[in-house]
Amino acid sequence: MTHVLLVLPLLIPLTTAAVSLLAWRGIALQRVLAVAGAAALLCAGVALLAYVWKNGICTTQAGAWPVPFGITLVADLFSALMVVLAGVVGLAVVVFSLGSIDRGRDAFGYYPLVHSLLLGVCGAFLTGDLFNLYVWFEVMLMSSFVLLALGGERPQLHGGIKYVTLNLVSSAVFLAAVAMLYGLTGTLNMADLARKLAGIQQPALVSAVGMLFLIAFGIKAAVFPLFFWLPASYHTPPGAVSALFAGLLTKVGVYALIRVFTLIFVGEMSFTHLLILVLSGLTMVTGVLGAMAQQEFRRVLSFHIISQIGYMTMGLGLAGLAESPAMASLALAGSIFYIAHHIIVKTNLFLVSSVARRLCGTFELKQQGGLYQAYPFLAVLFLVPAMSLAGLPPLSGFFAKLSLVQAGLGAGQYAIVATALLVSLLTMFSMTKIWAEAFWKALPEPSAPEASPQRLSTKPWLTLVLPIGALATLTIAIGLGAEAVFTLAMRAAQQLIHREEYIQAVLGGPT
Amino acid sequence: MTSLILRTATRFLLPLLVLFSLFLLVRGHHEPGGGFSGGLVAAAAFVLYGLAFGIAEVRKALPLDPRTLIGSGLLIAVTSTTFSLFAGQPLMTSLWWKVAIPGFGDLDLGTPLLFDLGVYLAVAGVTLLIILPLAEE
Repeated sequence: MTHVLLVLPLLIPLTTAAVSLLAWRGIALQRVLAVAGAAALLCAGVALLAYVWKNGICTTQAGAWPVPFGITLVADLFSALMVVLAGVVGLAVVVFSLGSIDRGRDAFGYYPLVHSLLLGVCGAFLTGDLFNLYVWFEVMLMSSFVLLALGGERPQLHGGIKYVTLNLVSSAVFLAAVAMLYGLTGTLNMADLARKLAGIQQPALVSAVGMLFLIAFGIKAAVFPLFFWLPASYHTPPGAVSALFAGLLTKVGVYALIRVFTLIFVGEMSFTHLLILVLSGLTMVTGVLGAMAQQEFRRVLSFHIISQIGYMTMGLGLAGLAESPAMASLALAGSIFYIAHHIIVKTNLFLVSSVARRLCGTFELKQQGGLYQAYPFLAVLFLVPAMSLAGLPPLSGFFAKLSLVQAGLGAGQYAIVATALLVSLLTMFSMTKIWAEAFWKALPEPSAPEASPQRLSTKPWLTLVLPIGALATLTIAIGLGAEAVFTLAMRAAQQLIHREEYIQAVLGGPT
Repeated sequence: MTSLILRTATRFLLPLLVLFSLFLLVRGHHEPGGGFSGGLVAAAAFVLYGLAFGIAEVRKALPLDPRTLIGSGLLIAVTSTTFSLFAGQPLMTSLWWKVAIPGFGDLDLGTPLLFDLGVYLAVAGVTLLIILPLAEE
C-alpha cells in the first residue's frame, strides 16, 4: 500500500502528460484528460495524507535499492499536505484554463506542460534525496520556462529572460552546494545526511554549505534580497499560468528551505536561523512596500507573494531560536498553516485578477472599475481571499498570523512580531487599493478602443467562476475549521522538530 | 547536398543504422549501450536521410509523428516501472521472466528492457522534434 500511495502523485501527472502528447491534435481530449488527471492527483494526495496521518511517516525505495544508495521517497505529514495543496491548485487552475487559455497555447501543449509542472512539484515534495530534489526542481523549472514563454508575446519573453537567468543561477548554486555536501559526507540521502553531519567536526564548513542552500532555495522562494525575478515575470503570462506559478512555485522553495533547515542544518541554529529570521523581516517589508508602489493588478499581487514568503520563513527562523521543542513546533506549525492558507488564497487572487482583466480589458488598476456594480458576487469572491491575505478574522489568514505572532512572542522576538503586524496592516491597505480601484470606483472612459470592457459570455463563465468560488469556500472553511487544520499543522511541525522520527523511518529499514 | 553518392549510400545506411540502434538498445542490457544511445542513433539515421532526400521525405518515411514517439515512449517507460507495484515491490524494481525458446535456451526478459524501449522512443522523438523543424528553416 505504501509503495503505491507514495508514487501515485508522480505517476498520475506523468501518465497524463504522456497520454496528452499522444492526443496532440485532439485538444478536446487533452482538456478532459487534464481535468481528470488533476482530479486524480488531488484524490491521490488526500489518500496519501490520510494514510500518513494514520500510519506515520512512510517511505519507499525506488527500484528496491537499499538505503542510502537508492532514491528514497518519503511522505511525512508536511510533504503529504503539500501534495494535497498541489492537487487543489492544479485542479483549480486546469478548470480555469478551460475557459481562459487561447487556442494557440492549447495547440502547443499547454495541458501536458501543466501536468509536467505538477509532476516536478510533487516530486520535490516527496523525495528524500537531495540530488533527486535537484532533478525534480529541474523538471519543474523546465516546464515553467516553457509555460512562461508559451505564446511568445513580447512582455512574456522579457520577463522570461529574467526568470530563466536567475533560476539557472539558483540551480548552479544548488548543485555546487550538493557537491560540497557530498564531498563532506559521502551521501545525499537527507536522513543519512542528518545523521552523518552530526559527526562532522567542522561546524563552520557545514554552516557555509547551509548558506549556499539558503541562497539557492532563497532565490526559488523569492526571499529578500533575491526576489527580483518574481515581480519581473509573474505578470506576463496568461492569468491561469501566473495563478499556478504564484500558488505553487515559490512554495516549493519554501518547502525545501524548511526541509533542509529542520532536518539537515540544525547545528548552528543561533546563527543560521537568526539570519533566516532577519531575512524574513526584510522580505515582508520590501514585498509590501513594493506592492504599495504598484498600479497593476498582478504586479501588486506579485509583490505580495514576496511579502507573504517572509511570514512562512519567519516560522522557520523562530523554530530555530525557540527554547523548547513545544515552542519550536508552534512556530513551524504557524509556517505550515501559513503555506496552506497562502497557496489557496494567492492562487485565487490571481484567478480573480484574470477575470477582472477580461471584464475591463486591462490589468491596470487605474483603467479598471465598476466591477462591484456590474458583478457584485465577483466582488465578494475577491473580498474573501483579499481579506484573508490581510489577516482578518475569521478567515484563514488570521489564524495563520495568530500562531506566528504567538510563537514570536513566546520566543521573545518582539521586533519580528511588530514587523509582521505592521506588514499586515500595509497588506490591508494595498488590498483596499485594489478594491477601491477595480471594484468600487466607476469605470473610467476607455482611453483606447481595445480596452473596452467585454461582457462575459455564458460558456466559459462557469469554468472561470467555479474554481474561484471553490477556492474562496476553502478559504472560509479553513478559517471556520481552523482548529482541525491547526492540529494537522501542529502534528506536521512536531514531525519536523523530532527529526529522529524521519531519520528512523528512512534508515530504519523500509516498511 | 543531394549528391548521387550520398543518396545511394543513404538508401543502404538507413536500414543498417536503424538496425544498429536496435542492437545498441538490446546490448545496453549488460554492456555499454541502451535506450538513450540507441534512440540517438535512430534519430541520426533519419537526419542523414533528411540530408540526402530532404526533410519532407523524412516526415513521409517516419512511421510516427515525433510527438507520438515521445508520448508512447514515456507511456511504455512509465508502464514498465509499475509492474513491480502489482507484485508488491517498490516502484521501478526490475522483474525478470525466463522464457524458454526451443533450440536456443533460456531468454531473460525483464522490465528494464521495456523501460529502455521507452527511453529509446522518447529520445528518438525528442531529437527529431528538435532537429526537423530546425532543418526545415
